[in-house]
Amino acid sequence: MSDTAPLAPRASTAETPEADAAVLVRGVTKRFGDTEVLAGIDLKVPTGATTCLIGPSGSGKSTLLRCIAFLEEATTGTIEIHGDPLGFAEAPDGGRTRLSPQSIRAVRSRIGMVFQQFNLWPHMTALGNVCEALVTVRRMRRSEAEEHGMAQLSRVGLANRAKHYPSELSGGQQQRVAIARALALDPEVMLFDEPTASLDPELTGEVLNVMRDLAGSGMTLLVVTHEIGFAATVGQRIAFLDHGRLLLDGTPREVFGEPRHPRLAQFLETYLDRGAAALV
Amino acid sequence: MSLDFGLMLEKLPEILAGLWVTIWVWVVATALGAALGFLVAAARRYGPPPVDWLLRLLVEILRGTPFLVQLFLLYFGGPFVGLRLEPIPAGLIGLTVYAGAYFSEIFRAGFDAVPRGHVEAAQCVGLSRSQILRRILLPEMTMLVLPQCVNMAILLIKETAILSIITVPEMTMVIGAIGSQQYAFADAMFLLALFYWVLVEICGLLGRIAEARLSKFRFAA
Repeated sequence: MSDTAPLAPRASTAETPEADAAVLVRGVTKRFGDTEVLAGIDLKVPTGATTCLIGPSGSGKSTLLRCIAFLEEATTGTIEIHGDPLGFAEAPDGGRTRLSPQSIRAVRSRIGMVFQQFNLWPHMTALGNVCEALVTVRRMRRSEAEEHGMAQLSRVGLANRAKHYPSELSGGQQQRVAIARALALDPEVMLFDEPTASLDPELTGEVLNVMRDLAGSGMTLLVVTHEIGFAATVGQRIAFLDHGRLLLDGTPREVFGEPRHPRLAQFLETYLDRGAAALV
Repeated sequence: MSLDFGLMLEKLPEILAGLWVTIWVWVVATALGAALGFLVAAARRYGPPPVDWLLRLLVEILRGTPFLVQLFLLYFGGPFVGLRLEPIPAGLIGLTVYAGAYFSEIFRAGFDAVPRGHVEAAQCVGLSRSQILRRILLPEMTMLVLPQCVNMAILLIKETAILSIITVPEMTMVIGAIGSQQYAFADAMFLLALFYWVLVEICGLLGRIAEARLSKFRFAA
């Protein structure tokens, strides 16, 4: 897949073997009323690697991620998680059939999601947030769940904040708890929707460090981000979306290297203007 | 003051009995009304559209007519459709239904006030719809609507006075009767007002304590 030229992204997903795809997106479109947000996306998210989705605001990258989390239903197209269809399966006649709620929940439980707004439940402690699904969904005993939950909080460096409520934590700490909550269910794929976009710059680092550790541990990450520096240094695949289309899909070297796609160059300029040239 | 406080003291057991009826009818109707309101709000949100329309119509009628009239219809009109109720059950049912209508509107707004992302986060970790309702929406909503619920409870204390119309032996009826017997109605009403005011202040105080205790669950963001 690395032999793909940066300007011809679509071919890479169609021709490479699909066995190692953690997430396989085929022909996904999304319309909200008359607005076409995704105009036919084919994307392969390789297993055990970090893929970063970048692009200007309104390019559809968050919508694509939300479709993969099944928080939005794609208007057409299919999504597979390690070969299992999510939400809709391809019918023999070329259309889609909707899968059962049980099947949707089963496939979905293999995905972890981290939101821009953290979305911690304010009436539960950090540990309570992490343990909730272990107890209610996985039917673990409370003590067992808490042990597992503490391990996840340790993983994001917050074991000492277990008994704190979200309102007693900084934004960066809240986001790390949210990551621990998603990790607790041992997902096969972790999705991040602009995880640092609502954080102060000084708190961004602690979240990116946790994500770097996860990437280093060989977990599959799909990250929608405006942190171009993070994308360039941690991302092993970069997908560049523009106006609902996947314009570029390749390694950071392929995507960011010269010659740059004119749309990408234009997009990156806003970052270069802000002095991020050294990172890219 | 023409009210004979010595005689009032003599009537204390009666007054306390009336106070007790007021308190327990109020507490039970408020609790049941809140539960009913929650069920109505949940049914309107999750049920099929006809259920929503029907419940909305009922809520509009209950909110659009005086409680006094509703109570008359239930107590005096009930027997015409075979519904014969003793005063206390009639008062309890009437007040609960009336409270339920208002509580349902409070909870409906509460449902909408819980950030959608909190529900999405629960969906993503696999909670079912009923688990999300019980574990996420209900507790979060409770914090958000607590001030309105306390306000509603305060209004309901005062609405219990209307139950005297259908001869529920609560505080207004008892003290009113004593005042009439002694030709000191105004003084009795003054005393009665004082009782209600103290109850309202206690209710408000409990509400403030509850709010303070829940404040650490406030939304972070």
